[in-house]
Amino acid sequence: MNTEIIKATINGTPVEVPAGTKILEAARKVHIKIPTLCKHQDLLPSGGCGLCIVRVKGSPKMFRACTTPLENGMDITTHDAEIVETRKTVLELILSNHPDECLTCGRNTNCELQRLSAEFGIRDDKIKRYVPDLPKDASTGSIIIDARKCIKCGRCVQVCQEIQNVWALSFLHRGINTKMAPCGDISLAESPCIRCGQCAAHCPTGAIVEKDDVPAVWDALHNPEKFCTVQIAPAVRVSLGEEFGLPPGTDLTKKIYAALRRLGFKAIFDSNFSADLTIMEEASEFVDRFTKNPSSLPLVTSCCPSWTDFMEKMHPDFIDHFSSAKSPQQMMGAMVKTYFAQKNNIDPAKIFQLSIMPCTAKKFELERCKEMKSSGYPDVDCSITTREFARMIKQSGIDFDSIPEEKADSILGEHSGAGVIFGTTGGVMEAALRTAYNVITGKNLEKEAIDIQSVRGLDGVKEATIGVGNFNVRVAVAHGLANVEYILDKVREAKQQGKESPYHFIEVMACPGGCIGGGGQPYGVTDNLRQKRMAGIYQCDRNCPVRCSHDNPEIKKIYADFLGSPRSEKAHELLHTHYQSRPIYQR
Amino acid sequence: MVGEGSDSVFGKILTIMTSETLDQGQMSCEEIRKNIQKYVDKWRNVEGSLIMVLHDIQEDIGYVPREWAMEIGKALDIKLARIYEVLTFYHYFKLKPQGKHSIHVCTGTACHIKGAPAILEILKTQLGFNVGETTADRLFNLDVVRCVGACGLAPAVVIDGEVNGKSTPEKIIEKVKSLQS
Repeated sequence: MNTEIIKATINGTPVEVPAGTKILEAARKVHIKIPTLCKHQDLLPSGGCGLCIVRVKGSPKMFRACTTPLENGMDITTHDAEIVETRKTVLELILSNHPDECLTCGRNTNCELQRLSAEFGIRDDKIKRYVPDLPKDASTGSIIIDARKCIKCGRCVQVCQEIQNVWALSFLHRGINTKMAPCGDISLAESPCIRCGQCAAHCPTGAIVEKDDVPAVWDALHNPEKFCTVQIAPAVRVSLGEEFGLPPGTDLTKKIYAALRRLGFKAIFDSNFSADLTIMEEASEFVDRFTKNPSSLPLVTSCCPSWTDFMEKMHPDFIDHFSSAKSPQQMMGAMVKTYFAQKNNIDPAKIFQLSIMPCTAKKFELERCKEMKSSGYPDVDCSITTREFARMIKQSGIDFDSIPEEKADSILGEHSGAGVIFGTTGGVMEAALRTAYNVITGKNLEKEAIDIQSVRGLDGVKEATIGVGNFNVRVAVAHGLANVEYILDKVREAKQQGKESPYHFIEVMACPGGCIGGGGQPYGVTDNLRQKRMAGIYQCDRNCPVRCSHDNPEIKKIYADFLGSPRSEKAHELLHTHYQSRPIYQR
Repeated sequence: MVGEGSDSVFGKILTIMTSETLDQGQMSCEEIRKNIQKYVDKWRNVEGSLIMVLHDIQEDIGYVPREWAMEIGKALDIKLARIYEVLTFYHYFKLKPQGKHSIHVCTGTACHIKGAPAILEILKTQLGFNVGETTADRLFNLDVVRCVGACGLAPAVVIDGEVNGKSTPEKIIEKVKSLQS
């Protein structure tokens, strides 16, 4: 690593940064914000938008701060009349190829281009507008691409190719005809797209947004025939506050329950409960493979629909390693339309089950295969993202800031700390290990050890060995799908050489940070924000009196009353699914 | 990517195509794999191998069929998205079979003033040609170019690589008709 320190001045303020630091980052250190539309903290600089130009004393030309490394002795000016005027012209040029549709755009009031246009006081269309006539692509049912609104910053393409290794989006053609799209004459649904929505989460404008399913939810709520039920995902509770001006990581679980009741939902459940249920099934599956059939290891988690989609498309040789346990979203739906319906004598055909998820792929998961209707009805009828949910609350007139806290409904509402940590990378692994430890040793992990620190944090790949009684369980956790290759390749290599798998248990979540960084979360995600949301999740876990899924009294009750035991015939029918190879590029 | 309109034209072209060029698209994956092997072997381990392979295929068969691009991706371990980024960046590469004869109407400043628009217009109205497209009989490709460096001969129309200086709509129609028969 280069440890050389560069000394320079920015706007007269001395600054010291490690060699290689770009001017944009160096300026942030001395509290100067240089505007940019293409550089995102998650991504490498591309120099695409041209807004971050700065002046370096002694040079006649301006430099792009995002791509220019700071050098010793540089005397940099980031803001003066000419620089600001040039930036304004750059903005006007970008706007001249951008539709004038702010009021009806999915990013209205939180668009980066709109904000900069406001800040720079752009009042006229100085340059004749040319917007290419391109159709919207709504084929995935999860995200909608409106290429007319694309400013060619390249963030989505970089996220899709480099961070997620999906390569659904590409930069095609050149010059004024440049566009981001799947390659060739195909729709996004026909591309390798896994609907993770990271493109939407990183897009500075409304060129990629989630499909808005809020109208369908209002329809159900206004339909007197419907019995509306809802579940909220772990990661939603610690990010929703950002939409209401609260600090990231604020736990709003009980306010959310209250808001949902006021919206008209008759039963409010928590995906944390069904996360506990997933753990019961998955941990049981793991212990079974670990103790009886080690050659079938590693077991790979399957809660993330983008990850399962990715595996089916790119790594079908891992199908046998996937846990057959459905995701918490689908398990909840199956339980609502069977157990809950029977217990309360409600016709499941009349039940509407909504899921509020940090995720755009969950919309796709609703119909990914026939097991998603194991109850005889769609397990879940509709899935909306955190962003859509925030809009619903705002539409409803609920004063979210002052609404008093309420509880979830029993019996599908109570949860353990293990359930809530599903919302972050490493959480499913930790939750499963807490229960697997108990199944194998007959005891719970001791106080401190219950926080399995080695699988926590934002490192792209986390490898650990966990002592479970007389055994050592080797685990790996990856998030951001580009990180998964390393793990899968190691497993494949061992397999080829006839060696034991390097891991017993693998957790993968598609989005960087896991669900807290999901494609449906409030905009503006950075590692700093992910860390705050993550801290909120672990705080929820610590606040739970019950820390392990198997100790959740309602989980015990549902097995005693209804399911029998984990992986019973009934559990298999309602709580498990299958995977199949889905080759990419059928045309 | 081509728009819906030209796509349907492409569909029509495919249905009436009979020449060997069409056969490239109808080959089985196995046959395509065999065909691209020589290009891949020639350029494997060479920096910039992708563009060289694409170049050779364009040269040999006149366009880069999607099925071929897919097999190249597998052979060179390059994502299809990246291959299309290269294919669509350079005008040289064609994604669809081209016509037997190429017509490039220069629309640089001099040619524009001297009457290129009238030539384009008559090709469109009288012969039904469209810029950037191949005719249904797969005889002609019509394209516009910005300047062929023959401003003194404006308006210039390049047909099959031959510059036709001081063109008029009538002369061009006559020339095209002679190629049709």
